[in-house]
Amino acid sequence: MLSFVLQRLFQSVIVVLIMSIVLFVGVRLIGNPVDILISSEASEADRVAAVTALGLDKPLWEQYAIFLGNAVQGDWGASFVYKEPVVGILLQRLPASLELGLVAFILAVGISIPAGLYAGLRPQSLPGRGIMAFSLIGVSIPTFWQGMLLIVAFGIALPILPVGDRGELATHFGITSSLWTLDGWSHVIMPAFSLALLKMSLLMRVTRAATMEICRLDFVKFAYAKGVRSRSVVVGHILRNALVPLVTVTGIELGNLLAYGVITETVFSWPGLGKLLINSIKVLDRPMIVAQLTYTALLFIAINFIVDILHMIIDPRVKSVLRRRAA
Amino acid sequence: MSDTFFFKVDGLNTWFFTRKGTIKSVRDISFEVARGEVLGIVGESGSGKSVTGMSIMGQIDEPGRIVSGSISLDGQELTGLDFEEMRHYRGNRIAMVFQNPLMTLNPLMRVRDQMYEAISAHESVPRKEMYDRCIEALRSVGIPSPEERLNAYPHEMSGGMRQRVVIAIALLLGPDLIIADEPTTALDVTIQAQIIYQIRRQIDERGLGMIWITHDLSTLSELADRIMVMYAGAMMEIGTTEEIIGAARHPYTRKLLESVPSRNAPGEKLKQIPGNMPSLLTLGEGCPFANRCERMTDICRQPVQARQLSETHRIWCYHPFED
Repeated sequence: MLSFVLQRLFQSVIVVLIMSIVLFVGVRLIGNPVDILISSEASEADRVAAVTALGLDKPLWEQYAIFLGNAVQGDWGASFVYKEPVVGILLQRLPASLELGLVAFILAVGISIPAGLYAGLRPQSLPGRGIMAFSLIGVSIPTFWQGMLLIVAFGIALPILPVGDRGELATHFGITSSLWTLDGWSHVIMPAFSLALLKMSLLMRVTRAATMEICRLDFVKFAYAKGVRSRSVVVGHILRNALVPLVTVTGIELGNLLAYGVITETVFSWPGLGKLLINSIKVLDRPMIVAQLTYTALLFIAINFIVDILHMIIDPRVKSVLRRRAA
Repeated sequence: MSDTFFFKVDGLNTWFFTRKGTIKSVRDISFEVARGEVLGIVGESGSGKSVTGMSIMGQIDEPGRIVSGSISLDGQELTGLDFEEMRHYRGNRIAMVFQNPLMTLNPLMRVRDQMYEAISAHESVPRKEMYDRCIEALRSVGIPSPEERLNAYPHEMSGGMRQRVVIAIALLLGPDLIIADEPTTALDVTIQAQIIYQIRRQIDERGLGMIWITHDLSTLSELADRIMVMYAGAMMEIGTTEEIIGAARHPYTRKLLESVPSRNAPGEKLKQIPGNMPSLLTLGEGCPFANRCERMTDICRQPVQARQLSETHRIWCYHPFED
């Protein structure tokens, strides 16, 4: 177990390093930020001064070395636009995105797994077919469009939900969030549902497919043949085995929800990271882009790590494979 | 002998209502089982032998259902019981052993939890007693160091060991009847022999009845007291093992016996039955084996009635062998 954790950590460091190199080279290809930062009437001397001030006159490898050295010490540079350290800006925007992502995640998982399980157990029933129809619509409608439809329906036609912004904030246990207030919830629920819809539909289909596959297996028939109650067979045997593929898919989806709310945040003018990323790319705010994408990479690495640990807890076969490999 | 029959199936019909039509997987099956007896059901795949087993367990899935007939245990009718009523019989009075021991146990649960679950589905017993009963059951099927096995996961055991665990689970609540659906087919021959020996011992010691479903006549000849031959969902012949193995009268049973490898001379081509089993969707009224049968005449297209050859030997054929 410990050797597995250490091995995984080492792999993670390598991934982050490779990722940072790709990023560093990649953002250079998008364009030169100096063109955007200084006015078009500026003199050549001003231009050179700006380039020197940003350190862009140094060779690429030296720029990378400086960036890496600073990054390790927690200095991710200052935003070209806000002239503030990017970490501060990131941390300021992060709660909004986490809030939206987590509510969307709870909605997605909380609805899709019971619904998918039901549809898998009774695929021919009317609710079972209804769930499949819903999920088909959910995966087919583009996110930006269903977001706008939701705004039209619940924000304008039936004005029961506010549109845009996070609403009233409150601080409890040192965490400032809109989730502490009712007003905050009324703001978050619609964008969260919009963000969750695609993932929810996807997870429903995965849950249903896994359930149907497992129901056919002998150990489920054997559990019934032992006289075990239906509920125990469904929870203890069917759902438990379905969790193996579900944990993997759910992990990836959680990452997507927390990192790629770009479209939903734009449609609902949600002041989170997604909107910040779009704005940063528009103005070629390199430190901002790099910091955000690194955050995304770290997030996925952390989630994958948790998924692996969960697999080890759920499936004893994983542990024996690891033990055999270690021996 | 008839008063010792505690388990009876009478005129069982189990059909599957699919989009393509009605598949009559089991048609008019009737048999009895006595205590301490092994009834072998033999047939090719698709002959309806497994469906018969699942019908008894009340575990026929949609779109199938028991259309008519009676299944009774100690006089209690089992068809028509609801899920909860039937649940009290499953595992408790009628247990089942499946074909593939690698698939029968839940890979994510310890053997202990899978055994405890079987007990607590029917009785509320303190953990200590459950533990003792599980150890006892594992020991009775010849599992060495049962205390360790109880804590193991299925993947940590061999196929033979897992099948013993499955059999131990089946014995756990002292059932009256065990249905074994090809329980040794997936195992190698030496393990097969050991397991058959253990099972036979349990049957004799506990006086329970067993239905042993297989396509392997040579196993049955060693183990079964009586044998029932099925083909395309219908009964062909039923009798004591001596009557079926030594003096089969039905052309299909004869063909089946001829195709057993050990009855063929070494180096010679194995004898096959020409043709294929008819589709269960397009069965006529008559004998389902007629199209492949050398003795077929026009009358074989008419519904076949049972013919009693001796007190124990029954046959469904217009042209049985006479000797």
